Amino acid sequence: MTRPTIRVVLPAHLKNLAGVSGEVGLDVPAGPVTQRLVLDALEGRYPMLRGTIRDQRTGKRRAFIRFYACEEDLSNESPDAPLPARVAAGEEPFLVIGAMAGG
Amino acid sequence: MSGVRVLVGTRKGAFILTADGARREWKVDGPHFGGWEMYHVKGSPADPERLYASQSSGWFGQVMQRSDDGGRTWSPVGNGFEYTGEAGEHLWYDGTPRPWEFKRIWHLEPSLDDPDTVYAGAEDAAIFKTTDGGQKWTELPGLRTHESGPRWQPGAGGMCLHTIILDPARRERMYVAISAAGAFRTDDGGVTWQPINRGLRSGQIPDEDAEVGHCVHRLAMHPSRPEVLFMQKHWDVMRSDDAGATWHEISGDLPSDFGFPIAVHAHEPETVYVVPIKSDSEHYPPEGKLRVYRSRVGGNEWEPLTEGLPQAHCYVNVLRDAMAVDTLDPCGIYFGTTGGQVYGSADGGDTWQPIVRDLPSVLSVEVQVLP
Repeated sequence: MTRPTIRVVLPAHLKNLAGVSGEVGLDVPAGPVTQRLVLDALEGRYPMLRGTIRDQRTGKRRAFIRFYACEEDLSNESPDAPLPARVAAGEEPFLVIGAMAGG
Repeated sequence: MSGVRVLVGTRKGAFILTADGARREWKVDGPHFGGWEMYHVKGSPADPERLYASQSSGWFGQVMQRSDDGGRTWSPVGNGFEYTGEAGEHLWYDGTPRPWEFKRIWHLEPSLDDPDTVYAGAEDAAIFKTTDGGQKWTELPGLRTHESGPRWQPGAGGMCLHTIILDPARRERMYVAISAAGAFRTDDGGVTWQPINRGLRSGQIPDEDAEVGHCVHRLAMHPSRPEVLFMQKHWDVMRSDDAGATWHEISGDLPSDFGFPIAVHAHEPETVYVVPIKSDSEHYPPEGKLRVYRSRVGGNEWEPLTEGLPQAHCYVNVLRDAMAVDTLDPCGIYFGTTGGQVYGSADGGDTWQPIVRDLPSVLSVEVQVLP
């Protein structure tokens, strides 16, 4: 059975950097769909995004990046926690958001 | 007829200004990387079509860009800036130890003869090098791990390595400046470094002639006399005639010796330019008059250059990397302001014209002469 394509929405600046428009569709390996799995696949496809969402060395989310899905804030979830089933099923996108900050 | 290309980094993107050798009619191209902080854009002296740009954002961190066609198209290159080994600690504003933490690249200095080799100055202070056109960056750790490193403290703008000067005569010699540690020199290609701050006196630090701790804002050098250095310090304009071993003050009759940029005329090694700013607590020109000051005798005697510059109600600043000279004859001078104006002079500073008036706050200005 083919795994559904994972949908990812990037903020405008990162879409420009990666040279994409609209959502990104990612094919990920078998197993639980986690934040780490999705971001690894994203950075593998678009290496210019390395370091812009999470620290290249520690893997930690950058301070002003948020992860949302299915109307939940998943920013502080473990990177290895399974994402919501609807994200794994390709029904809902995984949202990478630039936090509201500054004036 | 040869032309010029001015590379402008701003708080919200990069702009490329081009003109023919007369430098009267300008084309403004941009923004490139709109919305991003562009601390520096600089071309390779060995290949003017090869440009490098430091792109950063509080949200997304550091990105590096490279163009192989003079800025028409760009490609992201490597942005892995890792301190070598233990990052170590420096002093924080409150005097407590603070781990070195990479924040951004302030300054890019392409090699004089290899388009793929570039040095990059970082905040927190360190120097990195690429030899493959920006794909991989490696620290030259001898600077950061200098025994004085744990005593370095950030200036108000952060603990940034903002100036890199390559000696065209002695290729293993290089100068850097760090706010607020001071100036350093290497004579072995960046393996070992020595502070070159003797003669600097900074009233803002407890020991005013300490080995390190000086807020050097900018260094400048004329390529024909690489042992002569000029410095705009936080306060004081300084000169060294012995490759930084000793410094003496040349502020002379300036209305204020606080400022950020300093530049040397392309064909007259004793002609120096500064932009006096009222004070460290009032970052705007004295009397609301934007004046570049020129010394034709290597310092101490300065003349205001005002024609074409606003002489009333002007309260902009000119940042340390935001002044450049071209190598045409007469020499062109360019600077950008925090108010978004870029001014140019095609006659060595005698007269000025705004090339563009309403850009975002200007962080850096570089200029290239094109065939």
